[in-house]
Amino acid sequence: MDFEFSPEQELLRDNVERLMKDRYGFEARKTYQASPQGWSKSLWHDYAEMGLLGAPFAEADGGFGGGAVETMIVMEQSGKALALEPYLQTVVLCGALLKHGASEKQRTDLIGGIAAGELKLSFAHMEKQSGFDLNDVALSAVKDGNGGFVLNGEKTLVGQGDSADRLIVSGRVKGERRDRDGIGLFVVDANAPGVTRRGYPTQDGQRAAEIGFADVRVVSGGVLGSPDGALPIIERAIDETLAALAAEAVGAMSEALTMTVEYLKTRKQFGVTIGSFQALQHRAADMTVALEQARSMMYLAAMMVDEEDAAVRAKTMSAVKAQIGRSAKFIGQQAVQMHGGIAMTYEYKLGHLFKRLTMIDAAYGDADVHVRRLADGASLFA
Amino acid sequence: MDLRLTEDELAFRAEVCAFVRDSLPASIREKMVAGRRLSKDDYLRWTRILAAKGWGAPHWPQEWGGAGWSPVQLSIFLDETQRGNAPELVAFGVSMVGPVIYTFGSRAQKQRFLPRIIDLSDWWCQGFSEPGAGSDLASLRTSARSDTDGWVISGQKTWTTMAQYADWIFVLARTNTQAKKQEGISFFLVDMKTPGITVKPIQTIDGGHEVNEVFFDDVRAPADALVGEENKGWDYAKFLLANERNGIARVGVSKARLDRVRQLASIPIYGSGPKIEDPFFRAKLAEVEVELKALEMTQMRIVSNRRSAGKPDPASSVLKIKGSEIQQATTELLMEVVGPYALPYRESDDMSNEPPVGPDWAAPLAPVYFNNRKVSIYGGSNEIQRSIIAKAILGL
Repeated sequence: MDFEFSPEQELLRDNVERLMKDRYGFEARKTYQASPQGWSKSLWHDYAEMGLLGAPFAEADGGFGGGAVETMIVMEQSGKALALEPYLQTVVLCGALLKHGASEKQRTDLIGGIAAGELKLSFAHMEKQSGFDLNDVALSAVKDGNGGFVLNGEKTLVGQGDSADRLIVSGRVKGERRDRDGIGLFVVDANAPGVTRRGYPTQDGQRAAEIGFADVRVVSGGVLGSPDGALPIIERAIDETLAALAAEAVGAMSEALTMTVEYLKTRKQFGVTIGSFQALQHRAADMTVALEQARSMMYLAAMMVDEEDAAVRAKTMSAVKAQIGRSAKFIGQQAVQMHGGIAMTYEYKLGHLFKRLTMIDAAYGDADVHVRRLADGASLFA
Repeated sequence: MDLRLTEDELAFRAEVCAFVRDSLPASIREKMVAGRRLSKDDYLRWTRILAAKGWGAPHWPQEWGGAGWSPVQLSIFLDETQRGNAPELVAFGVSMVGPVIYTFGSRAQKQRFLPRIIDLSDWWCQGFSEPGAGSDLASLRTSARSDTDGWVISGQKTWTTMAQYADWIFVLARTNTQAKKQEGISFFLVDMKTPGITVKPIQTIDGGHEVNEVFFDDVRAPADALVGEENKGWDYAKFLLANERNGIARVGVSKARLDRVRQLASIPIYGSGPKIEDPFFRAKLAEVEVELKALEMTQMRIVSNRRSAGKPDPASSVLKIKGSEIQQATTELLMEVVGPYALPYRESDDMSNEPPVGPDWAAPLAPVYFNNRKVSIYGGSNEIQRSIIAKAILGL
């Protein structure tokens, strides 16, 4: 058992850390957020230059041969900076769908473009009725007789869906709306005829889109993997996304704790720094414990991403997401409380860390959802 | 970075599991599973089985009988022996005074004491806390004055765990009343048979007798009872308290108790059916398991950290806080499983021929719950641990 990074991984961390320090001050973030796409094209270019966008892909597919640890490193630094670029959607989530679902030709066509920064993807999966149930897919995908499909339906809360170049869309090929079988994955040009997108800002400073599909044609080459058995691929990709979200959350939590401790050391009331008060010291200590527990789960997630047994992997990721959610809520709320009024202001970073942490808990099943899943299964230590 | 256990570590884990399965006497295992108290003989028996295997003091330097294991191996050993329901090593000798002696003691002290710690030929107890010196340990008032042929120790210690079994006691005593309170303390090794030592039992809320008061009434100790330098005892005590980061989380103990919770929760004792069928209970169980899974990783991260190898690490306070909270949570789950039949109180484990009231496994569970309130109090209360984190990690 070895928790040390390799020299290459340390270099990657140092490089990303330096980039974020130089380019992602909170004032700079405001300007990125105010741009039409809601993030920085210039930084996206830098990510490509630094190899971040190809990091988790095999070299044969046009990537740099990294894995879960590299993703973890990038996401933790993104979390500290509250980075807005569509890394999670494009590289992690859609990247995982491509890694596990796409043909060699599809991978060659798409992954090189992702790594070069030329192609941004979003996963259009969730629907109004589906909540956290990945199997709940109503959007219809009907065979067109030429090996392709025609899509009709709506997708909701598609992360950075308004600035994506392509969409990976889940569709119901056969069966009932909540059947596990009968779900396909389709790659669609985001500007294809019949696709309508309505973008909007989200609570965490990012953007999402409502997307409609009206007789949208998918050619045969746009079908990812088995056209009616894609759910296991979706579940696997979401598991990888949970691991990355854990790292982003740990980055945001550690930043919130760092800012809080800094504040405790400088803010004076009653003639002393408020960090001299034991009530606040002990709460900061509890935040440290919560952060370390979350960080441990971040490592566990990175270790288990490549687990082939889907049930074992899902159980572990549920444990990870539950711990991350609990820690994120505690640290976020306490960081706001200990800062006092300043944390309530829109112009100060801390409140936005809290908001992102809150939205990470709510993504892909909050802590309670995952605890319930664990409660209905066998022991984590079985 | 590779967080899986290596082939060697997996093989080692299998070896430990097999050893516990084959060598732990059934009568001891049964008591451990049930939550009943062990006798002195139980501890002696298991310790000597371990010592014969060469595992009596695995974390010590090999020169003095250690096993030469890596920190990860040591964690695996503790985790698997605890999960296998083996008794923990009696810490006072092997984990507390032993490391102080081999680090700060004289050659003669090492040769005399260390071999007898490993097989419990000498049972040690800890003379630190006093009625007026708990969390503020440095304010202790037990005194040691030198005279012509040694030391004379006077005062009172308390919360002295298993002093009724002990052959020796290590004692913090004040040797300089003029100095700053931390700088006037010395560390002594004292034979419990010395005239002037009186042990009085303290019964705890679970009805058990683990802890005692120990009175020193002009107790004469030879000159070589002093460890290291006079007035440096506080340094040795801090070393002792911070030294035990490996195992402080008791991950294996909590795993074994959760095994027991699941086992008992599947027995239908009330008309409502087995507790495990209650989704609210299962959710609470899952919450504890999540925290324990994270703690298992936290422990591995801390013990395998090469940068702090061999040094006290304030991160062990994280293990102490979370480990004790989880241990207590597991005992709360036991209380929920047993329900109304937690109520009957038995004076002791072995006195009664009366049949138990309720299921025969029910009687020890409330005492286990009550007894475990101690784990967030002893070894530096969780509030003290929070202050350590605030100061040493956060710089507050």
